[in-house]
Amino acid sequence: MHKTTNIPMRQILRDRAVQFLIYVSVIMVSVVFIWILIDLARGGVAHLSWEFLMESPRDAGRAGGIASILVSTLLILLVAMLTAAPIAWTTAILLVEFVAIDSAFGKTVRFSLHVLAGVPSIVFGLFGNAFFSIYLGLGFSILSGGLTLACMLLPILASTAEAGLRAVPYAYRLSASALGLTRTATLIHLILPAAAPVLAAGLLLGIGRALAETAALLFTSGYADRMPDSLLDSGRALALHIFDLSMNVPGGDAPAYASTLVLVSLLLCINVLAMKFAHGLHRRKIMT
Amino acid sequence: MNCNQWTDKQDTFTLGPLEAGPPCCDPWPAIQVRDLSLSYNGKTALDKVTLDIYQGCITALIGPSGCGKTSFLSAINRLTDLIPGCSIAGKILINNQDIHHPDIHTQALRRQVGMVFQKPTPFPLSIRRNLSLPLNEHGTTQKKEVAAIIEQVLRDVGLWEEVHDRLDASALSLSGGQQQRLCIARALALQPQILLMDEPCSALDPLASGVVEDLICRLRGRYTIVIVTHNLAQARRIANYAAFFWISGHAAGQLIEFGRCQHIFESPSHELTAAYINGVRG
Amino acid sequence: MILSGRNILFRLILTDKLLISILRVGAMLAALVVLLILIFLVYESWPALSSLSITRFINDVSWHPLENTYNLMPMLSGTVLTSSGALLLAIPLSLASALFIVFYAPLHLATAYKRLIELLSGIPSVVFGFWGLTTLVPLINQWNPPGASLLAGILVLTMMILPTVTLTAYTALAAVPDELLRNAAALGLSRWGVTNGVALPAAKTGIAAGIILAAARALGETMAVLMVAGNVVQYPETLFDPVRTLAANIALETAYAMGDHRAVLFVSGLLLMLLIMVLSGLVELLEQQRHA
Repeated sequence: MHKTTNIPMRQILRDRAVQFLIYVSVIMVSVVFIWILIDLARGGVAHLSWEFLMESPRDAGRAGGIASILVSTLLILLVAMLTAAPIAWTTAILLVEFVAIDSAFGKTVRFSLHVLAGVPSIVFGLFGNAFFSIYLGLGFSILSGGLTLACMLLPILASTAEAGLRAVPYAYRLSASALGLTRTATLIHLILPAAAPVLAAGLLLGIGRALAETAALLFTSGYADRMPDSLLDSGRALALHIFDLSMNVPGGDAPAYASTLVLVSLLLCINVLAMKFAHGLHRRKIMT
Repeated sequence: MNCNQWTDKQDTFTLGPLEAGPPCCDPWPAIQVRDLSLSYNGKTALDKVTLDIYQGCITALIGPSGCGKTSFLSAINRLTDLIPGCSIAGKILINNQDIHHPDIHTQALRRQVGMVFQKPTPFPLSIRRNLSLPLNEHGTTQKKEVAAIIEQVLRDVGLWEEVHDRLDASALSLSGGQQQRLCIARALALQPQILLMDEPCSALDPLASGVVEDLICRLRGRYTIVIVTHNLAQARRIANYAAFFWISGHAAGQLIEFGRCQHIFESPSHELTAAYINGVRG
Repeated sequence: MILSGRNILFRLILTDKLLISILRVGAMLAALVVLLILIFLVYESWPALSSLSITRFINDVSWHPLENTYNLMPMLSGTVLTSSGALLLAIPLSLASALFIVFYAPLHLATAYKRLIELLSGIPSVVFGFWGLTTLVPLINQWNPPGASLLAGILVLTMMILPTVTLTAYTALAAVPDELLRNAAALGLSRWGVTNGVALPAAKTGIAAGIILAAARALGETMAVLMVAGNVVQYPETLFDPVRTLAANIALETAYAMGDHRAVLFVSGLLLMLLIMVLSGLVELLEQQRHA
């Protein structure tokens, strides 16, 4: 065979240059991100303690802990989830089980959800303020914030639920029909249990998204950092607390770091859990 | 039509004169395989294969599925290097050069040894770009030269009349048979010495299959062709030499018999060969 | 004992019909939300849209609601500049990262790096803003005061959209069929030859969709940019000038805005939403083209 080294020099240089650029980019990205993670850990670990989680903030958050913040966050999440999940899941079930792929109704609903998914969170905040706080008279309250978040979560919950339901093998539905079961019974006893892990994963993803949300809560759920008395009381979510401490409270950096650590750890756990649930479904599907 | 009459259609050859003829001349081994063994993750797929592939002839690799024929083919152009966990023992010499020698550059090797796969896989680019990409990468960048080569290979595979007015259309818009001929043209564009073909007709309908088969016949003499085929009738029609593979006791592929095509099909030496040819086994 | 056919059917149909009506209600509520949002946005913007002409948003002297001037252009430029800058930085870095994971890295490194990127995609914008505020802004301040600037906004936004683009590019590249890559290798193409000649063209629709989605996200991003970009309403002359984006403006002023001021804020919200909807529409078109 003739020349074995007739690869043009230009090509070898070009390949090496590309490889170099790619490695440099990856190193840059890794360094920056690891830097961020280390900074957060270093800044927050000192201030973190059991008391931090159990006490309410004092002195605008410079002292004390985040207990009331955590409670408000939990309440906002509950309101959001309990409102969004039923609507999203019924929509998903309807789209998958009862409506043809290309019906006008199905297309409209899907399109609406798609548009909803693209709306920026600050615009949700504006809407929440106009509709829930003012029009419905809920004022700056946990209820108002939670309902606004529910609107934001609809697309995520609906699309993950739809994916999970479609992943259930069609054979289940055929066998159920052959046995004379009603659609309702098939749904309740066969399909929903089979899709449950993915539905749970979707819920967790939604929770993660809601936890990270700040802009939509700025003028819907209010700023009060004391323990809320009721759902109509104003409450401050964890992400908002971090924002306030860092921007408006001089000397609030240390508790802000600690709160960040709590938030990021929560999000990490949620993501890991969500992966486990979704993964479990795939494995089961392969075995049946 | 018995393809062993290679004297027809000589005037449509465009890529240079014949170099070596069919078995009437002294056969010269373009590829020499000595004790080739191949295993994937420790499990042997090919067990000590030794044979010669003769220049200018069509050698058919026949035998049932799973006998390592495709692995054998992949070893010749070192595509096995890309498979993780694959290890090779033994020697492969192309033009008396060991292809596993450290001085050998795999890209240059693959320019000399072209490959056509079972499933027609045109790149999601225009027809022209499908053919010019490998040329550019291997150093031919002059536009006129590239255009001339593109026209030549498309004529050779019989596609020129069909696509010359839409070379910038997507290659995916061609039919299955046209796509496979395009893949053959793409391999030919690099002017390889050896052409490896892994069941090139099996994914095509009978009409397209016939066209591709005729094309392969026309390439005889100017290229050394190794073709894996399950279609015994096809092997009979087009091959000069045949190599029969079977699974050994250890579930590894083995070469049972190799020889002139007429010999293998009409008077095989090994009983397994006879059994396979007659459809008794495999 | 055979139950009367008519009885069974009646009971069965009733349950299913009930179910379907419940489901319909849910789906309609979902579809209504979008409508509600549009209605209320327009309702709240109406005072401004009807009494102020659109040219005022472009030609007024400045943004001073208390003095009745409502020029949105400096803030629109802030939004566009931060987003474009972030895209310019993020696209090459993300493509390089995706190529690294799919083609250039050994398996363990690739998995580790992908996990790192996935971890980062989950970090909330406040956290990026917070880090920017405490670490990035002082750094830039040392180089060229003040630290809170367009540059800080661009850098923070880059970090936020990088994981999204990387992961969508990764999915698109990983979906390139193996046969294409094998064919390219058999033709003796080098690694970059295969990547640039075959893999990237095959994945280009998916990558483009990812980039447009990231652009939409960058336009709407509020908190992180708010925290580091300085929030001065002006056209920036250098990278180190502070800017205010439309989204940050809404966040800062809605709580106490009244009357026309409030209405104009809603107008800017509508503007943002329209921009993003156009981008989402583009992505839809691309997806359809890919499946065609």
